[in-house]
Amino acid sequence: MAIFLETLIGGLMSGMLYSLVALGIVLIFKASGVFNFAQGAMVLFAALAMARFAEWIPKWTGLQSQWLANVLALLLAMAVMIAVAWLIERLVLGKLVNQEGITLLMATLGVTYFMDGFGQTVFGSDIYKIDIGMPKEPMFLLDKIFPGGLLVNQEDLVAAVVATALVAVLAAFFQYTGTGRALRAVADDHQAAQSIGIPLKRIWVIVWSVSGFVALVAGIIWGSKLGVQFSLSLVALKALPVVILGGFTSVPGAIIGGLIIGVGEKLSEVFVGPYFGGGIEIWFAYVLALFFLLVRPQGLFGEKIIDRV
Amino acid sequence: MLYRENGQFKTSYQADQQIFPILQDKVVILAFLLFAFVAVPFLAPEYLFRAVLIPFLILSLAALGLNILVGYCGQISLGTGGFMAVGAYAAYNFLVRIDGMPIIGAILLGGACTTVVGVLFGIPSLRIKGLYLAVATLAAQFFSDWAFLRVKWFTNNSSSGSVSISGVDVFGWVVDTAAEKYLFCLGFLVVFALLAKNLVRSHIGREWMAMRDMDVAASVIGIRPVYAKLTAFAVSSFFVGVAGALWGFVYLGSWEPAAFNIDRSFQLLFIIIIGGLGSIMGSFFGAAFIVILPIVLDNVPGWFGIPIDTALASHLASMIFGALIVFFLIVEPHGLARLWSIAKEKLRLWPFPH
Repeated sequence: MAIFLETLIGGLMSGMLYSLVALGIVLIFKASGVFNFAQGAMVLFAALAMARFAEWIPKWTGLQSQWLANVLALLLAMAVMIAVAWLIERLVLGKLVNQEGITLLMATLGVTYFMDGFGQTVFGSDIYKIDIGMPKEPMFLLDKIFPGGLLVNQEDLVAAVVATALVAVLAAFFQYTGTGRALRAVADDHQAAQSIGIPLKRIWVIVWSVSGFVALVAGIIWGSKLGVQFSLSLVALKALPVVILGGFTSVPGAIIGGLIIGVGEKLSEVFVGPYFGGGIEIWFAYVLALFFLLVRPQGLFGEKIIDRV
Repeated sequence: MLYRENGQFKTSYQADQQIFPILQDKVVILAFLLFAFVAVPFLAPEYLFRAVLIPFLILSLAALGLNILVGYCGQISLGTGGFMAVGAYAAYNFLVRIDGMPIIGAILLGGACTTVVGVLFGIPSLRIKGLYLAVATLAAQFFSDWAFLRVKWFTNNSSSGSVSISGVDVFGWVVDTAAEKYLFCLGFLVVFALLAKNLVRSHIGREWMAMRDMDVAASVIGIRPVYAKLTAFAVSSFFVGVAGALWGFVYLGSWEPAAFNIDRSFQLLFIIIIGGLGSIMGSFFGAAFIVILPIVLDNVPGWFGIPIDTALASHLASMIFGALIVFFLIVEPHGLARLWSIAKEKLRLWPFPH
C-alpha cells in the first residue's frame, strides 16, 4: 500500500509537469488554432535562459545576493520569452494565416528545431542547475499509519503549490481582465472577434507570451529538480497524448489529462511493467491515447469535432 | 534553346502517357542513370560512397515511401523511424532464422512485415486525421523503440542488444566494397522509384490525392476512404520497411534500436517538406540536401580557418533545418521540387520568351 501511494504521488508530480506543458499547448491552440509542437522547446529555451542568466548576472554586475540575481534572471528570461513570442508571430504565424492545421504543425516543428539549436548555441549545451532555494530534504508523511511512512519530496510539494497558483492566476486572468475576455473571444471565433475590433495579431503575441510564461514556470520547476538539459525538450512529445486525452480546447482537460498520464505511466511501470520486461513508461502514454482516440476522439473535455464539406 | 518540345507530336495514347514525354528529358535521364550505374562506381572515392551516396540512396527510398503517405495521401506520420526499424529487424530475423534465405528475399519480406504493421497503425486514420493521427503514429514509433530493445526474440537473444549482419551475399555476388553497396542500393532505388512514379499517376494515386485534398468530398464522389487510406499506409510502409532493411544491412551493418529513433522520423519528414510534398523528384532533392548540409557545415568553416566543434555544428545544422522548414512552408510549400519545375518551365522558353 505504501509503495502504491508513493508511486501515485510520484506520478502526480510528473503528471503535473506534463500538465504545465500541455497547458501552454492548449492556450495557444484555443486562441490561434495552432498546435504548438514547439512548447517543449520553449520550456527548454526558457529554462536555459533562466539558468544561464542566474549564473551570468552576478558575473556581469558583481551582484552578491543570489536571490536578487534569480529575480533579475526570471525577469530577463520572461523578456526573452516575450521576444520569442513576438518573433514567432511576426516571422512564422503571421505569414501562415489561413493555412491548414497540418502546415502550421509542421511550421512549429521547424520552430522546435530552430529553438533547440539556437538555445544550445547561445546558452550552451551542458547540464545546468537552477537553484531558486527550493527545499530539498525529503520528508515522511503518515508514519503513524505505515511503517516507515511515505517518502515525499518537499520540493515536489512546493512545485505543486506553484503550479496550482499558476493555474489560478491564469484562470483569473482569462475571467476578469479585458485582455482575457478578448482572448476568449478570439478562441471562440476569429472572424467575429476581429470584426468587433479585437486586434488578432496583438492577441496572438499575448497568448504566445502567456504560453512562454507557463513554459518558464514548467522549466524552472523541472530544471530545479533534474537540471536543465536537452531531454526537457522531449517532454513536449509526452504532452501530445496529454492533450489528446484531455481535449485540445480544454484547460481543465490539460491538467486532468496530465495527471492521468503521469499517474498511469508510473503505476503501470511499477505494477504491470515487470510482466512485459519493464520500460513500458516510454510508450504507455501514447498507446493509452491511441485507444482513447478510437473511442472518444475529442478527448475527455474537448468540443465535439464536426466536419463540414 | 535545346530544351523544347517543338515537333514532338504524340500520335497515340501510349505516347501521351509516358513518364517523360519530352525527348530531351528521356535522354538526360538515361544519360544520368548510365552515369550513376557505370561511371560513379569507378570514379567516386570511398569517402563519398560511405558518407554521402549510400545514405542518400537509402534515405531517398524511405522519403519516397513517406511522401506517398504524407505528400500524396495527406496522412501525417511521425512513426517512420519505427517502421524502418520494423523492416530492418524483420528482415534480420528472416535472414537469421530461415536457412538459405536469399538476402533480397529477406529485405522484401521485411518490407512485407512493415506493411502489416503500417496498416495496423493506419487503422486509426479511418476515424482521425491530422494531429490526432500524428499521435497514433508516434505510438508506433515509441512502441517499436521499446519492443526491439526489450523483447529479446527480435534481436535473436543477442546479449548486447545490437544485431549485425555478417555479409551481404546476393546469389553469390558478395556485396562488400563501398561501390558494390552503392550499386546494390541504387538498383533498389531505381526499381522502387519507377514503381512509385507509376503508382501515383495511376487511379490509386489519384484516389490518394483526392483523399488528401478533401476526404469528405472524395468519399462523396465514390472513393472508398478505407481502401484509399489503408493502401497508402501499406505502400508507404513497404517502401519504408525496405529502406529500413537496407539501412541496417548495407549502411550500418550492425545496429541498435537507437538507429531508428524519433529523430529519424523527423529527419524524413524534413526531407519531404524541404524536397517537396507530393513529388517524387522532391524526395531525392530533400534527401540530398539533408545528407549534404551537415557535411558542409562540418567542413566549410575549416576551409576558412574558423575552427568549429562538432556540437556547435550540429546545433547550427538543427537551426538551419528549422529555419528552412519554416521558410519553405511560407515561401514555397512545394519545396525544392517546385523550384526544379519552375526552372524547367523557364528553360523551355529560353532564350526567346514567346
